[in-house]
Amino acid sequence: MTFRKRPVKLDTFLSSHAESIIKDARKELKDPARRLLGRRILTLGGIALLSGCDLSNGKSVNTMLRKMSFFNDDVQALLFNPKEMAPTYPESMITRPFPFNAFYGIDDVPEVDAATYQLQVSGLANGKRVWTLDELRALPQKSQITRHICIEGWSAIGRWGGVRFSEFMKRAGMDMTAKYVSLHCADNYWTSIDMPTALHAQTLLTLTYDGAVLPPKYGFPMKLRMPTKLGYKNPKHIVAISVTNDYPGGYWENQGYNWFGGS
Amino acid sequence: MAFPTTGNLINHEIALSHVTIQPAWVRITHWINALAAVLMVMSGWQVYDASPIFPALRFPAAITLGSWLGGALLWHFAVMWLLVTNFLVYVGLNLASGRLRRKLLPLSFKSLTTDLVAALRGKLGHEDLSHYNAIQKLAYLVVIVDIALLVLSGLAVWKSVQFPLLRTLMGGYDNARVVHFIAMSVLVAFFFVHVAMVALVPRSLLLMIRGR
Repeated sequence: MTFRKRPVKLDTFLSSHAESIIKDARKELKDPARRLLGRRILTLGGIALLSGCDLSNGKSVNTMLRKMSFFNDDVQALLFNPKEMAPTYPESMITRPFPFNAFYGIDDVPEVDAATYQLQVSGLANGKRVWTLDELRALPQKSQITRHICIEGWSAIGRWGGVRFSEFMKRAGMDMTAKYVSLHCADNYWTSIDMPTALHAQTLLTLTYDGAVLPPKYGFPMKLRMPTKLGYKNPKHIVAISVTNDYPGGYWENQGYNWFGGS
Repeated sequence: MAFPTTGNLINHEIALSHVTIQPAWVRITHWINALAAVLMVMSGWQVYDASPIFPALRFPAAITLGSWLGGALLWHFAVMWLLVTNFLVYVGLNLASGRLRRKLLPLSFKSLTTDLVAALRGKLGHEDLSHYNAIQKLAYLVVIVDIALLVLSGLAVWKSVQFPLLRTLMGGYDNARVVHFIAMSVLVAFFFVHVAMVALVPRSLLLMIRGR
């Protein structure tokens, strides 16, 4: 093709376009509906400018973002396949040392007394309501090496051992048709999960880390470990478990983290 | 296509200004994509800062969106629907209308080297904006594939357990983050070159707004 010719002079280019743009605009403005639309758009822009509302702190924008996050909860519930197992890894791939992570520093890790510790079960459950550590240790134990994925992006592989959570729920007479399981911790952290994840085969009420009693920094005496969920959905130092149909929220979730937090 | 190939350039210009070169759906999807891509990249940078892949590289707060990790993720996971839906409409209409075949293909190695040499000599013309040169074709095809890769690697990061095949294709969870980062870098590089080219050929901006 032979379009590589003399360069177009900018002023002729602009004037020829300017004319046709003005012609177009006149045509559009003749149509009253278009004129109204144009005025509305200008007014909306003016209001937005006057109110000084910008994208990141507008209240309506935040409401919209929260709504989208709830919508994403529903999408993730649909995507969640109860039969899909998170990958497991050989012992040689365990991250050492496994990182400590909490909403406070390592010096503030709560000290839970094993002798007086009691796990409270409440809400939609008709079985045993108070469990001691020895009673939990007497239940059938499982162990798995899985990847812990933090919402920040990093990941680490660790080995957790304990009771399959669905097994514990059965023994505690929990209503498995309910919507939520909420979890409260000795460090005042709390979170909640959906029932299908609670019943997932890899969801463990863990009492050990890497073959030894769960150390305080990893959640003594007990952490709920779900390799299908992000780190903040895996609470440590659990002291109370409640089954409910009322949305319980969570420490981070109420500040903006996505509630489902699935992986 | 009916445009004069000889004669007065002004006539040529006027002829062109009456023919719609960028149909409305191209212009609409282009600007939605531009908005979505900017919001995704800026919120993505804020997410990246929570745990940088390369410790030496952090994005200053002034160019990020969301003000903290939770806020950035709210943006990222809301705007992703806009980006993906718009992208599917764009690619779908490109295929259905034949525009992809007509305007972005064929792309030969020979035409690419010819146009690259012409560009480096400063002799690659832009008089006829209804026709893409080989470098433009390559750039637009690369950015389409790159956005597809961004979406797929993003899905692998977001749902690494639920999409095992995607996770494996991306080389595992940690590697999916690296792929996502590299695809973002390609998109940002495209963005800067694209905007620079528009600054050199302002008529193309007019074209993407009015269509002609």
